[in-house]
Amino acid sequence: MPYLVHSEEDRRAMLAELGARSAEELLADVPGQLRVRGLELPPGLSELETMSSVRRLAARNRTYEDRFWFRGGGVYKRFIPTAVDAVISKPEFYTAYTPYQPEASQGTLQAVFEYQTLIAELTALDVANASLYDGATAVAEAAMMAVVHTGRPEVAVHPYLHPEYLEVLRCYGQGRGFEVRQGLEQVGERTAAVVFQQPTFLGVLEDPQALTAHAHHHGALAVACVDPISLALLAPPGEYGADVAVGEGQQLGLAPSLGGPHLGFIACRQDLTRRLPGRLVGEAYDAAGRRGFVLTLTAREQHIRRAKATSNICTNHSLCALAASVYLTYMGPEGLRQVAEVSYQRAHALADRLSQLPGVELALPDQPFLNEFPVRMFHVEQSLKRLEAAGILGGLPIARWYPEMEDVVLFCCTEVNDLDAIDRLVEVLGQA
Amino acid sequence: MTEELTFEKSHPSAPPPRLPESGVEAAPRLPANLLRKRPPALPRLSEPEVMRHYSRLASLNYSISENFYPLGSCTMKYNPVANEQAARLPGFAELHPYQDPETIQGALELMWRLERALCEIAGVDRVTLQPAAGAHGEWTALRMIQAYHLARGEERSEVIVPDAAHGTNPASAALCGFRVVEVKSAPDGRVDVGDLEAKLSNRVAALMLTNPNTLGLFERQILEVSEMVHATGAKLYYDGANLNALMGICRPGDMGFDAVHMNLHKTFTTPHGGGGPGSGPVGVKADLVPFLPRPTVERENGRFVLDSERPHSIGRVRSFYGNFGMLVRAFTYIQAMGGDGLTQASKDAVLAANYVRKRLEGVLDLPHEGPCMHEFVASARNLAPQGIKALDLAKGLLERGFYAPTVYFPLIVPEAVMVEPTETESKATLDAFADALKEIVELARTDPDELRAEPRSLPVGRLDEVRAARHPVLRWRPDGESG
Repeated sequence: MPYLVHSEEDRRAMLAELGARSAEELLADVPGQLRVRGLELPPGLSELETMSSVRRLAARNRTYEDRFWFRGGGVYKRFIPTAVDAVISKPEFYTAYTPYQPEASQGTLQAVFEYQTLIAELTALDVANASLYDGATAVAEAAMMAVVHTGRPEVAVHPYLHPEYLEVLRCYGQGRGFEVRQGLEQVGERTAAVVFQQPTFLGVLEDPQALTAHAHHHGALAVACVDPISLALLAPPGEYGADVAVGEGQQLGLAPSLGGPHLGFIACRQDLTRRLPGRLVGEAYDAAGRRGFVLTLTAREQHIRRAKATSNICTNHSLCALAASVYLTYMGPEGLRQVAEVSYQRAHALADRLSQLPGVELALPDQPFLNEFPVRMFHVEQSLKRLEAAGILGGLPIARWYPEMEDVVLFCCTEVNDLDAIDRLVEVLGQA
Repeated sequence: MTEELTFEKSHPSAPPPRLPESGVEAAPRLPANLLRKRPPALPRLSEPEVMRHYSRLASLNYSISENFYPLGSCTMKYNPVANEQAARLPGFAELHPYQDPETIQGALELMWRLERALCEIAGVDRVTLQPAAGAHGEWTALRMIQAYHLARGEERSEVIVPDAAHGTNPASAALCGFRVVEVKSAPDGRVDVGDLEAKLSNRVAALMLTNPNTLGLFERQILEVSEMVHATGAKLYYDGANLNALMGICRPGDMGFDAVHMNLHKTFTTPHGGGGPGSGPVGVKADLVPFLPRPTVERENGRFVLDSERPHSIGRVRSFYGNFGMLVRAFTYIQAMGGDGLTQASKDAVLAANYVRKRLEGVLDLPHEGPCMHEFVASARNLAPQGIKALDLAKGLLERGFYAPTVYFPLIVPEAVMVEPTETESKATLDAFADALKEIVELARTDPDELRAEPRSLPVGRLDEVRAARHPVLRWRPDGESG
């Protein structure tokens, strides 16, 4: 059988050492009425057969050439340097456990320390944790930090926070016992946090300084959910005074993979450090004065504080954080800026071209955007079908979340969408 | 041997990576108040320098690919490389979550079939694949149980957790707004049924249990416990951290558990990644099915669809459909193993644990009577006269080329040393591990100071964690900046 290591002879030898006649004797504590005789699953397969059956399933999914992805909405197609996969494919990283024994885990620990620094630099905040599951749960964790920190029972959310993030936040709120209000009109003394996304789910840019001031005016924390690549160009949360920054790190070197595994990140001001959820890695020294790294401030965590922990997080998304670190280190400040800049320029060129098509117009023409923008168009469904037939993953129709925007499609452009692909998209859409 | 940080190696002469130019006419600039003032201090390194840095960091790590990882409760078994290849197939890795479901029929079928397999293994009716990790699964299950009671007009405020439970259990319950009530363990390490009876009431929403428990012992009276819990209207929750003991032997659902979380990164060989990503699906019995997170994957007329129209659903617990890449790996593993292979895996895991336990008789204290299931807890308290602690044994093992068992957990055993060998370690490896522990215990008796000075040959010696926590340095700072 694949992956098992004992011969029958080994098993007999081990049983003999135990003085047991059969493996059954070791299971004597399991009441007889609970015993099942195996599992009703198909028998095992050779690797050849396994991979062939798995490949058949993969082949039944439609894939698109990278440059023909014009769909975002929280998951984006970006250029991923080969270095990223080469590093996260190293078994020394991907087959290690959470670094409980620091002397034997310095590779993971140092990589996480570097990751924490990278995220703190990007967001211009003081400290970042070792990672969370995804952007949605990062928003929820930040909201819970604010509820505990302020002792207030409500969280106010900008109307165009990613709708799935909002749904996850509500699910956490119902469990933990805080109210989630969509809209910022009722921010007041019951508000623990004002949560906003920059750019919004619709891709457009808000005035984050004003939103932060609005939160602070009422004594609430400002929680900014940000796109990490955008921070090469846009003001980071630390510059406009936000207290907590969170976001989805998929764009930093992770495959789309039908939505996961990706990366939640969270960073905050120094004085909120002890409210952070999850793991933190810090510097430490051995008796010989050598620098190393350890899991630290664990008194916040579930294995020490149990019911009083800041969060229940144990396994987080360490390998995804490693991917993000390799990506950001490979890019450096100039590379990241170039990625953001090319995406910005091409998205604006695309927006210009699209808005010249008959029956197509920008849905929010007066609002600045970065590299994703809403377009109003006739015959949304047929148009997207036509694009698909041409091998193009067109924009994202958003009526499922916003029924009042039934003719709105969110288009996105990144550095992978070359000029030929943009021409082709415009050409196919223009064939109506 | 330590490695400079990327930030310390950074040098302005490193050429930035070559990336495409926009090739279009420049768009108008954004308003200045939206723009960044000071660029982020990302390191500047060339690609060869980046690769060398991470290769060196990799060499500082211990991993299951290299040797035995007997970390109790963590099920560090071999991670099949075929799984990795499967998850990287473009037909899985290059899918957008908002593609038309008609274009991802293979992915949906994989999720549907994985759900069916997990239902069979755990003895439940439906499974959600959405939770991202074990603790996330615990919390998801408790949210469903909470919603179930509320739908019946009952506001139950307490969750009972054994004193030997994983820390995530009480933390997940608290995160759900429950008051945590602790139930004691009896001297044999199993739940104290008398104490449980005293703590059960109509305020209790659920009892959270691990079976085998964290001592590696099967809760023999599980059917009695289940009856007691259900008689009060509460639900029984199964922490799946120890499911590796039971595949094809018995099923949590048959024991009376109403909700069961499973760690794909333990039992189903998806790699642990140095701390995730994992995946924590939750299985439930019929009366909790309406509360499952949405969307679920359904099969209609031979096609697979995502069903979001679930009026009683607790909603979403994360974005999209869970850690899909991990689902592909677990599915691949289950395909390869089959029902017969999984059953043999659990039997071998139990055999290996009992074998190592036997080999340690007379070496360490074994406070609980065997046989054990897939893991066991020893105690280093027999070395107290020499002033040697479980931590010293752990460091001694690192020095001898093994990872350390889980130490100081469960909390109810002093100087706990929790060993989980798994089914993928050969008899020779298990023997070598037992011999190494024997040697360490011998050293504890003859030269305890030497043992306390270990490890000597790893990249760093014992690090001062107390000082690290007292004066936390959680990031690198550019020269001249404080903090």
